[in-house]
Amino acid sequence: MARMATTQRVVVSTIGAWFFGFLIFFPILWMVLASFKTELEAFAIPPSFLFFHWTTENYATVQERSDYLHHAVNSIIIAGGSTLIALLIAIPAAWSMAFSPTKRTKDILLWMLSTKMMPPVGVLVPIYLIYKSFGLLDSRMGLVFILCLGNLPIVIWMLFTYFKEIPRDILEAARMDGATIGRELVYVLTPMAIPGLASTMLLNLILAWNEAFWTLNLSTSSAAPLTVFIASYSSPEGLFWAKLSAASTLAIAPILVLGWFSQKQLVRGLTFGAVK
Amino acid sequence: MATRQTQILARSLLTPAVGLLFIWMIVPLALTLYFSTLHYSLLDPGSEAFVGLENFRYFLTDPAFLDSLQNTLVLVGSVLALTILLGIPLALLLDQPVIGRNIVRLMVIAPFFVMPTVSALVWKNLLMHPVSGLFAWIASLFHLTPIDWFNDVPLFAVILIVAWQWLPFATLILLTALQSLDEEQKEAAEMDGASALSAFIYITLPHLARPITVVILIETIFLLTVFAEIFVTTGGGPGLQTTNIAFLIYSQALIQFDVGSASAGGLVAVVIANVVAFFLVRIVGRNLEA
Repeated sequence: MARMATTQRVVVSTIGAWFFGFLIFFPILWMVLASFKTELEAFAIPPSFLFFHWTTENYATVQERSDYLHHAVNSIIIAGGSTLIALLIAIPAAWSMAFSPTKRTKDILLWMLSTKMMPPVGVLVPIYLIYKSFGLLDSRMGLVFILCLGNLPIVIWMLFTYFKEIPRDILEAARMDGATIGRELVYVLTPMAIPGLASTMLLNLILAWNEAFWTLNLSTSSAAPLTVFIASYSSPEGLFWAKLSAASTLAIAPILVLGWFSQKQLVRGLTFGAVK
Repeated sequence: MATRQTQILARSLLTPAVGLLFIWMIVPLALTLYFSTLHYSLLDPGSEAFVGLENFRYFLTDPAFLDSLQNTLVLVGSVLALTILLGIPLALLLDQPVIGRNIVRLMVIAPFFVMPTVSALVWKNLLMHPVSGLFAWIASLFHLTPIDWFNDVPLFAVILIVAWQWLPFATLILLTALQSLDEEQKEAAEMDGASALSAFIYITLPHLARPITVVILIETIFLLTVFAEIFVTTGGGPGLQTTNIAFLIYSQALIQFDVGSASAGGLVAVVIANVVAFFLVRIVGRNLEA
């Protein structure tokens, strides 16, 4: 009897979960399908779901006409650059707070967290004016810098929670065996820290790739990453749905793959360790 | 001696991060504060003059401020309600024995990784277009008049898009919390003859109280400054119907070039965000001690 109920429960919850999962995922699926249609079919009513003339011409056109690659390279440089610099600054800081904490460590951590709470729009005016006078508007360097600072608190926090989990006994054991600080770093700490470093890097890449406040306000063309490139499709005269879909699919595909790998760390990173 | 050396080393490792964040926090904020007391328009350079609190008076009594404050509150409140009220059942469902749960979870979480400009434009055109959108076609199947989303209910349309982006976040956090719930406790309740509903009310819901609070606070911080979704769909319109505080400040600064008034608005936004941040920092801080 109990077994029957369980099977029934599995069937019901499986159907329910797949239904709602599909519903939530549908806009993305619909966009990917539209990217393989002709412009005419993308507009067609009634819409065709699978039985249309599949074509890849939109992808070719997006690249030819709008220089997709240029913006993709910008996205890679801005997201990658800001992540690397943030890691370089954050690793020593997190390492120091995790392994030789002082009375003030907790206050410093919370203060860092509070800088993340500042709404970007609150400092839009001065940042815009500073960038204007230093010629940083529409420059990759300017965006790398601001995204790096914006995400630094999250990076430090995530690394801190990971470093904190490395058992200190192991360090002491290594020291007893006569390991120097250098050897300790290379042979003991680094291997244990790599998973945490990798997931911090992944989450930060995702956040920087999708950032759409500073990129929209501080770049227009030559430094514009994909967020800004896609926004240029919003003008009424530029509305080509199939091409918009193709460009969008290309813009989100790499990050979707990265995101799926890092979903566990996402919770930890975005809640500052409050939910694990 | 060694410990003293370690301490110095530790401090010098920490300094760059602390210094940078300090500058990042203080300099722009001080400038915002300074600009907010000036009459300062980029269209009229050289005419800067100290005006005291005039900009604040202007910003706070501007009818656009009250409209956009109301829009901000409606947007934040509705998205919070939607993501939590849908997120709880969804997380409960995904916590059940589901065949292919990992794939379903991937589908649920996907919208969170879509950049805001993409999700806004895909929803606006492919789904919500009043003639060729998918929703219009579905409405016609039921012989209903299609909704002209961005003309008839523009703020609601923006709310739907933003809620779709944040539902995965709420669901994922609630699911993570559910999975740490002690199975034995639930089984014991079942053995004692507790109904599924009372087990939910007396065991599951109290366990979710903290993650729900965290979701509310973190979402609020991001939702207070929703920008890209409005920028690419409505541009704040029609009229002021979808202008929130963030968009109002943006348009004063970079469309009307009124630096003084935009700075005053920026400080108002900082104050609003700080009220929320205060509570979040307390919760996280409590967790740090445990």
